[in-house]
Amino acid sequence: MAAEEGKVDPMKQFTIEPLMGSDGWQLADGFNIAFTNSALWMAITAILVTVFVAGGMKRQVVPGRWQMAVETLTGFIDDLLEANIGKAGRKYVPYIFTLFMFILFGNLLGLVPVGVIPGVHAFTFTSHFSVTGVLAILSFSIVLIVGFAKHGLHFFSLFVPKDTPFLMAIFIAPIEFVSFMVRPFSLALRLFVAMMAGHVLLKVLASFVIAGGGAGPVLGAAVGIPSFILMVAISALEILVAGIQAYVFALLTSLYINDAENLH
Amino acid sequence: MPQIEQLSEVLSSQVFWLLVFFGLTFLVVGLGMVPKVMGTVDLRDRQIADDLAAAQAARDAADSEEEAWRKRENENRAAAQAVIAEAKAKAAKASETKLAKAQAKLDKQLAEAEAGIDAARASAMAEIEGVAADAARDIVARIAGTEVESAAAEAAVKEVMAHG
Repeated sequence: MAAEEGKVDPMKQFTIEPLMGSDGWQLADGFNIAFTNSALWMAITAILVTVFVAGGMKRQVVPGRWQMAVETLTGFIDDLLEANIGKAGRKYVPYIFTLFMFILFGNLLGLVPVGVIPGVHAFTFTSHFSVTGVLAILSFSIVLIVGFAKHGLHFFSLFVPKDTPFLMAIFIAPIEFVSFMVRPFSLALRLFVAMMAGHVLLKVLASFVIAGGGAGPVLGAAVGIPSFILMVAISALEILVAGIQAYVFALLTSLYINDAENLH
Repeated sequence: MPQIEQLSEVLSSQVFWLLVFFGLTFLVVGLGMVPKVMGTVDLRDRQIADDLAAAQAARDAADSEEEAWRKRENENRAAAQAVIAEAKAKAAKASETKLAKAQAKLDKQLAEAEAGIDAARASAMAEIEGVAADAARDIVARIAGTEVESAAAEAAVKEVMAHG
């Protein structure tokens, strides 16, 4: 904390603070909608995603670099859905693409070192399970809605794998049911934990660098320099993790939608 | 952990703003822009496919054109070959008949010549017989002094000549 000199609280970065005196904003009684730093970074993410994709809308037959980048990403999501769901997967491209880009940009923006500007703090909204949970519930709701709309009550046969003998099915169905119900939690927690762990690790190493620097030149060099090198390496790893987690979220969502779309 | 400590006070705001910004992104980017971007990609893919198809069609047309040309060429060649063969056959036949005619003429001349020779030989033979008979009669007349009938002399000469 700022008050305790030379100490870095690795969890401080996850604190949500209302901005611009929006503390008291309420939609209804007890439903606070303060515009927080978290909301600010969501807004930045939304704007950047929009700007990025808008830059690829030139619709040239021979694409430029930007258009190529955007088309590669839409093509990537399109291929992902085609591979997992088939031809019917095309109608989910808008949702999965938005999901992928929103998480990817949110993850990456949290890694941008805007902290070098005094008073500005980066915030990774994907390191909050209140955010990843909502996204997971959205994906899970789509699975449920599509599943029941398409197959009606027959959707429950999802819990009985194909050609299971009746005696086996009695035991397998509850297990399948539990594994199905755990999906939104695993989806939300995976992203939240991956993002939080990386940022905590970076902050802990940063505190080593600062503490080492305060402990004199010898100790500072012995502790601070390896820690700093490790930070650089882990930052690179975090960029990779940011992409992988966004991809995993999109991939798993498409796999779950496949269950609903093509019930065995 | 602020995620848990602050949960009760920030949950509504987190959910609200996430839904607002994610929803906006979904509406503007997902539903508005992505289909257009993918449409551009599809358009390009289709155009490339069309171009490739057109190129293939042109290639096929060229192939069939070449095939037809080759066929025509072969037919022409065969026709020319036939004309040459016919001319050859005609020429061969003509020379054959000419040769046959010449041969026949030569044969006829040969036969006539042979016949002439035979006739000449026969008349010479007859003359010799006549001369021989006269000589025989003269010899008989001179030696024996008897006149021999010319027919008997001729018969005697003939008998001697036949005996060789």
